[in-house]
Amino acid sequence: MDALTVHRLHFAFTAVFHYLFPQLTMGLALLLVILKTQALRTGQECYNHAARFWGRIFGINFAMGVVTGIPMEFQFGTNWAFFSRASGGVIGQTLAMEGVFSFFLESSFLGAFLFGERRLGPRLHWLSALLVFLGAWLSGFFIIATNAWMQHPVGYQLLPDGRFALASFWALLLNQWAWWQYMHTMTASVVTASVVMAALGAFYLLTRQHFEYGRMFVAMGVTAGLIASCILIFPTGDAQGRNIAYDQPVTLAAMEGLFTNERGAPLMLVGQPNMSEKRLDNPIYLPRVLSFLTFRRWKAEVNGLDAFPEDRWPDNVPLLYFAYHIMAGLGTIFVAVLALAACMLWRGRLYDTPLLLWALMLLAPFPYIATTAGWVTAEVGRQPWVVYGLMRTAVGSSVEVSAGNAIFTLIGFAGMYSLLAVLFLFLLYLEVQRGPEAAVDEHGAANESESGSAPAGD
Amino acid sequence: MKEAHTETLWFCLVAMMIAGYAVLDGFDLGAGVVHLFVARTEAERRSVLASVGPVWDGNEVWLLAAGGILFFAFPAVYASGFQGFYLPLIIVLWLLILRGIAIEFRNKVSSLVWYPLWDVVFAGASAMLAIFFGAAIGNVVRGVPLDRSGFFFLPLWTNLRLTPAAAVLDWFTIIVGLGSLAALTVHGALWVAMKTTDAVAARARKAAEVAWWAVLVITALLVIIVPIVQPHLGHRFGDAPWGFVFPLAAATGMFGMKLLNGAGRATGAFLASCLYIVGMLTSAAFGLYPYLLPSNTDAAAGLAVYNSAAGSYGLTVGLFWFIPGMALVAVYFTFVYRRMV
Repeated sequence: MDALTVHRLHFAFTAVFHYLFPQLTMGLALLLVILKTQALRTGQECYNHAARFWGRIFGINFAMGVVTGIPMEFQFGTNWAFFSRASGGVIGQTLAMEGVFSFFLESSFLGAFLFGERRLGPRLHWLSALLVFLGAWLSGFFIIATNAWMQHPVGYQLLPDGRFALASFWALLLNQWAWWQYMHTMTASVVTASVVMAALGAFYLLTRQHFEYGRMFVAMGVTAGLIASCILIFPTGDAQGRNIAYDQPVTLAAMEGLFTNERGAPLMLVGQPNMSEKRLDNPIYLPRVLSFLTFRRWKAEVNGLDAFPEDRWPDNVPLLYFAYHIMAGLGTIFVAVLALAACMLWRGRLYDTPLLLWALMLLAPFPYIATTAGWVTAEVGRQPWVVYGLMRTAVGSSVEVSAGNAIFTLIGFAGMYSLLAVLFLFLLYLEVQRGPEAAVDEHGAANESESGSAPAGD
Repeated sequence: MKEAHTETLWFCLVAMMIAGYAVLDGFDLGAGVVHLFVARTEAERRSVLASVGPVWDGNEVWLLAAGGILFFAFPAVYASGFQGFYLPLIIVLWLLILRGIAIEFRNKVSSLVWYPLWDVVFAGASAMLAIFFGAAIGNVVRGVPLDRSGFFFLPLWTNLRLTPAAAVLDWFTIIVGLGSLAALTVHGALWVAMKTTDAVAARARKAAEVAWWAVLVITALLVIIVPIVQPHLGHRFGDAPWGFVFPLAAATGMFGMKLLNGAGRATGAFLASCLYIVGMLTSAAFGLYPYLLPSNTDAAAGLAVYNSAAGSYGLTVGLFWFIPGMALVAVYFTFVYRRMV
């Protein structure tokens, strides 16, 4: 394997694994604020129990997100030195702002949220939940703004030595790609958190334990999940798609499996890209729908891949095509299942419909798959560029780091992350077993095991 | 060389972020180093962990923020350094991962196997990280084989000799690494002494007392060998003698912590230890200026404020968010340290 491929796999693997955790915590941060607000408004202790329980789940996920996130910040330099040197003058701005404005906020108040309920009192505790939410969502914005600049570079100036310098701070932050991509990504994280919450609620109901909380989680998860998954498709997904159509038309063609220019282009639902014949095998499609979705006219012409020189095509069209279709297909399924569940919820029959509860429970892994597929779509779709139209991925990597060294560290990360995954699932299982009513002391240990053995720090 | 005021200001801010990291994460790393020695029973171990539990993550953010600021202000240094130190940095990442999960997950399961396992991981990873961070500073002070391309790559070790075709670990960087281990051991022990009571605090004070002698010996050794290893540093202090305030601060801190710890004043001793760490790091930064990463093969190829900074527009804009941003950070940290530990 050549070094470039290893560097790409290195980043892809560590990024995909990392993002399994923030996508839950960002969405869950919003749900925690809602729970804490309910607790404050109604004064019912069950909301505080629920917030504490999800706070513990949040804590485990947050720790995983932190330890797998630090390598991301390092890898720009370790594995993508030429890209970093060229573009640090622009994206260093947003990455540094993430550190200063969100990591400090999030980490400071998460400690307060997880350990400080008694010390802070209800209002300050609510505030700390809100600040954790704010920190998490700001963090998301700065990362998306960074990615959006790579997808659609704005506000820069190309220097004679090939580096980019920032020319407009506001253009960088107000990049319209960033805003749609941000809303799409954050809505997706709300879907992940909501579906996980509903799935756990369904699990409790199906296993006949914690009925009160099972119902609360299902109701909240289904409601928030339905709202978010609708927003995911329209307007955010739609706007994101149209950004791609205008700024990365070749990517759109590859995503849709459109090999030739077409007036009234169809929307392909199923089919396999055949790269040697340059056509889509076994297609099932909706005629003219792609033209309408893209340009709002049924007969508009959509450029196919053959309209572009092959060296500007994304370098893995089938991967891009399948990733995009998996994302979009799952998004549609989420709306369908959650809408059905919401219907039954409003008619008061959801909790007694085991089939739907099963469906909700088994839905849990799919938002993760959809989100991962979405990021694969964005990142493979950007190829062959690391900065779209300006810098090719092939010239961005760390040439001094040999393929052997990079394989060594990739295998090391694979091993380390397997260990993390096992630990994560084990701890999550314990929390689920303990359930929302378990009394847990300030250091996260269940009281049943360690009564009175937690001296305070001061 | 053109005048580079904004670049120089960012040089100082990067140094400030690194010093902030060393002082803050330094004490929780040091607490990890002494964890197994000063705390023997489960309740004692919990008291040490409780003293860093709510803050270690925020402290580690200083490392991320320092990296982010370096990326933003001096992208060429970030790119060159992170690529060149590839292997040690990845090892640091693995240690940070292990240490993070050790702190966060240790108390989640009640078991006679689970606790000691993570205690040892916490202690071992903390000690290794203390050594690696010192060795990293040693590498920056010594210089790396940068050529005109602005890039280099260092093996982890070769023959431990101090040659231009250096490795990450040679006898000099190992000494700095051990110095860092000693300094952070004292620092962490004093933190634990300040935040705990009874037997743990007494043992921590004792640990600080013992490790202090290592700090003294290695500091004295560094005063002699650093100007030989990096002559630029000697010239800088010769040209601008006001810079001696930094080593003076370090010396004050070093003797201050000895005296105050001896007098049983843990808080004062801890603050003196902060002064020592800041003094050592600012001495290095002052001595290296204008270089962020000197070259030990071709002095002119060294990465300095004038040939590695981002564009001046970006640097100026950065000041407008960095200063209020860090003011907010000061507010959060005040809140957390007053209310949480």
